[in-house]
Amino acid sequence: MTHLENRIEHHSPKPAGSSATVETTDEVRVTTPKKICGMGHPMKRKEDPRFIRGKGNYVDDVKLPGMLYMDIVRSPYAHAKILSIDASAALEMEGVLAVITGEDLKAAGDLHWMPTLMSDTQMVLPIEKVVYQAQEVACVIATDRYIAADAIEMVFVDYEPLDPVVDPFEAMEDKVIVREDKEKQTNHIWHWEAGDQSATDQAFAEAHKVVEQKMHIPRIHVSSIETCGMVANYSPATEKMQIYMTSQAPHAHRTVFALVSGLPEHKIQVISPDIGGGFGGKVPVYPGYVCCAVASLVTGKPVKWIEDRSENLQADSFARDYHIDAKMACDENGRITALKVKTLADNGAADAAANPSKFPAGLYSICTGSYDMDAAHVEVDGVYTTKPPGGVAYRCSFRVTEAVHMIERMADIMAHELGRDPAEFRFANFIRPDQFPYKSPTGWEYDSGNYEAALQKAMDMLGYDELRKEQAEKRERGELMGIGISSFTEVVGAGPSKDYDILGIKMFDSAEIRIHPTGKAMARFGTKSQGQGHETTYAQIVAEELGIPASDIEVEEGDTDTAPYGLGTYASRSTPTAGAAAAMAARKIKAKARKIAAHLLEVGEDDLEWNVDRWQVKGSPDQAKTIQDIAFAAYTNHPQGMEAGLEATDYYDPPNLTFPFGSYIAVVDIDKGTGEVRVRRFVAVDDCGNIINPLVVEGQIHGGLTMGLAPALYEEIVYNEDGQNLSGTFADYLLPTAVESPNWELGKTITPSPHHPIGAKGVGESPTVGAPPAIANAVVDALWHLGVRHIDIPITPPKVWKALRDAGVTD
Amino acid sequence: MSQHEVTVTVNGEEQKATVDGRTLLVHFIREQLSLTGTHIGCDTTSCGACTVLLNGRAVKSCTAFAVQADGGTVETVEGLADGKELHPLQEGFWEKHGLQCGYCTPGMIMSAKDFLERNPNPTEDEIRWGISGNLCRCTGYNKIVEAIQYAAEKMRDDDSAEEATA
Repeated sequence: MTHLENRIEHHSPKPAGSSATVETTDEVRVTTPKKICGMGHPMKRKEDPRFIRGKGNYVDDVKLPGMLYMDIVRSPYAHAKILSIDASAALEMEGVLAVITGEDLKAAGDLHWMPTLMSDTQMVLPIEKVVYQAQEVACVIATDRYIAADAIEMVFVDYEPLDPVVDPFEAMEDKVIVREDKEKQTNHIWHWEAGDQSATDQAFAEAHKVVEQKMHIPRIHVSSIETCGMVANYSPATEKMQIYMTSQAPHAHRTVFALVSGLPEHKIQVISPDIGGGFGGKVPVYPGYVCCAVASLVTGKPVKWIEDRSENLQADSFARDYHIDAKMACDENGRITALKVKTLADNGAADAAANPSKFPAGLYSICTGSYDMDAAHVEVDGVYTTKPPGGVAYRCSFRVTEAVHMIERMADIMAHELGRDPAEFRFANFIRPDQFPYKSPTGWEYDSGNYEAALQKAMDMLGYDELRKEQAEKRERGELMGIGISSFTEVVGAGPSKDYDILGIKMFDSAEIRIHPTGKAMARFGTKSQGQGHETTYAQIVAEELGIPASDIEVEEGDTDTAPYGLGTYASRSTPTAGAAAAMAARKIKAKARKIAAHLLEVGEDDLEWNVDRWQVKGSPDQAKTIQDIAFAAYTNHPQGMEAGLEATDYYDPPNLTFPFGSYIAVVDIDKGTGEVRVRRFVAVDDCGNIINPLVVEGQIHGGLTMGLAPALYEEIVYNEDGQNLSGTFADYLLPTAVESPNWELGKTITPSPHHPIGAKGVGESPTVGAPPAIANAVVDALWHLGVRHIDIPITPPKVWKALRDAGVTD
Repeated sequence: MSQHEVTVTVNGEEQKATVDGRTLLVHFIREQLSLTGTHIGCDTTSCGACTVLLNGRAVKSCTAFAVQADGGTVETVEGLADGKELHPLQEGFWEKHGLQCGYCTPGMIMSAKDFLERNPNPTEDEIRWGISGNLCRCTGYNKIVEAIQYAAEKMRDDDSAEEATA
């Protein structure tokens, strides 16, 4: 090991399995002055000036000379044979250049099929049959977006309808096969399990109390306000394909395009410009992207394709759709001993989730949550139905939301069944702080946690005891009020390369930092912000490490020609992976800076110590070289024998995932006449380890909470028995507005990740994961005394009203 | 397709153009005038990303035709700042972290501008109702409300300063 590596090692994270105790605090750590704005400063975002002036650059803002427009002919049926496609009338229209069908793609080199990110296959454009309503059937290329929209109406497709497969349980009977292209003629895709079945069965046999609950976590849609789209620009002269794309993972998408199309990867440039929200919906490769790229190849001109909202809601990847049957066992002391879960996952017409390849059900086995139990066994079966493919996230780390909803509902049901207060029941069953790192019965090693502190803080902020009194008084008067808790554990930051890959590509991420002679810097990353604020937070990490003001650091992402390779931004992985890479690359620079400083000060390296933004002589701080002095010297006066320049790259392979957690408490009032649930208060205490920018973290939590409220009370993609999507516009698919969204009350505890270089954990998705069960638990808490044990989300007024009517409360 | 000559004053500048009868106001603004700060999010008047001020009132430009603006005035987000000086709403959104991905932001700001002109001293609840025609998927609205409160206060202060000097 060289001297340089030694230095880096000194700053390295502790390996997974480190037993060092991690202290929990509630003070944000700040070590740099405001002019540097390192970690912990609530710095105003660097990206905002362009957005507030309307000068962002989103895909639909890209306008290239001679650009054509693409629109897509979509199937009106969920399942139907294609008898013929007649594009002649469309082709006769003025301004229409081409119509591309599945047959054309087949002729172009079998491009009518493509791999999904789960190594399944998916049609780009169909030849034999369609397998979901709104499936892409053909695409039209025209000189104007209005003409393209007119022309899709003039492509006549003759269908022979087939029986749709809407119910996943019926799908399992294999009466109608969705994927007739497959060798195995079954709708069953895969079976997956985790945990110890016999130990779990044994624990259930010995249980004092067992509760069981079936629940459905329905299909929902991320609905970022910007839909998906692309501008593909193939140049026959340079043979280069330049692609502007709404992509959360531009590098992975470039590789997929290279593999699918046969174009050499160095001739493909994917640019993910400003992205108007992602939340998982911009991770998959959709047929429209492939068609758009093909359209540019065919015409030799730039082609733009932008989805409209109905296409987005009907055909893009969905989230969730888990049918869960859960059982929980307790001993005579009310200690949870075991959990048994069987789940049917409705994957639609292809397994097109974006999970790490070894995890077909994502990280669902985190489902023992924040509770210490002896045994658990969890099974999931994936099944095809005639619905759009997916199983992507909805602002969550690979199926963690489903797991958390289940365990938090089960904990509440058990507490209620035992006649115990749900908070007290949780305190009695939490994994204790001294048990970390904690090995879970399904195989996880939780890096750190302090669940008691977070729940206690949430209860104190809320005034839990007073509200319980109020609830009792109201119940006397016949008023319905509920208090619901969710003490969740997240698992984010995929992930260690030994277990985590997408299509074989390991899930590291990267940072490349260059310090310019005048001490300003450029930092590039393999991730891609879609609103998370990377231009600010990554700059703050580098500022923390090197003392260069964050305002002097330009952060760039999303251009595969310039940024280092990375797997992208989703599943709260950016801070755990690329954020770590930023710190590690900066530490490499700091190590070189030390050598230069020693040379400039004519002292030994060991005589120097780091102080915020400079190397100084120990005991003689007047003798110092700032990072700016050193940067200048790196280009003008570097030691003989040393390479000039001051830059470093790091590909960070995390030793473990990070395990953010929190406790949320919702207080709801229910209108007995209408069944409407009103969230009166919502206290959210989050612990995401060390905080890079408190303002950004608060914003992430607020947003995630509203995206947790949404599926709890409002959002669901509904299909009728014909497999028709009934939620195809924002008039039918209800996103919460500022009126539905309560004034979120935030608190925090800080338990740093022991293995992350800056002690941080992901945070953007914790609230989406943690909020739905808090609200569902609050509703059931309001109704338990009436005999209501469970209501599936979204908890709409009709569902509550029906429960009230069944209980004889309302007519 | 019927073609129409329109004259629209956009952000203070008179613009003359030929548009199709069916050209949407948002496409006229974005594509013919290249003012891409106004965004499209839903096509059904639900999300408000395309909100501009037409003759001083907030409208969703994805469901208005360009010809409807003929002879009128349109204000978009690009017209808010006076050179380097930000409008109080822009300042508030930046100061209070009222935006994340930025896609809904221009529409949100334009709605808020119309709202504050009609209600310069709103309660939190009134602000929430005032922007309830605009969807944001990132922020959870808390900080948008704070941004509008910041702007309302600043605009009231500016008004009283003007009155004091008048």
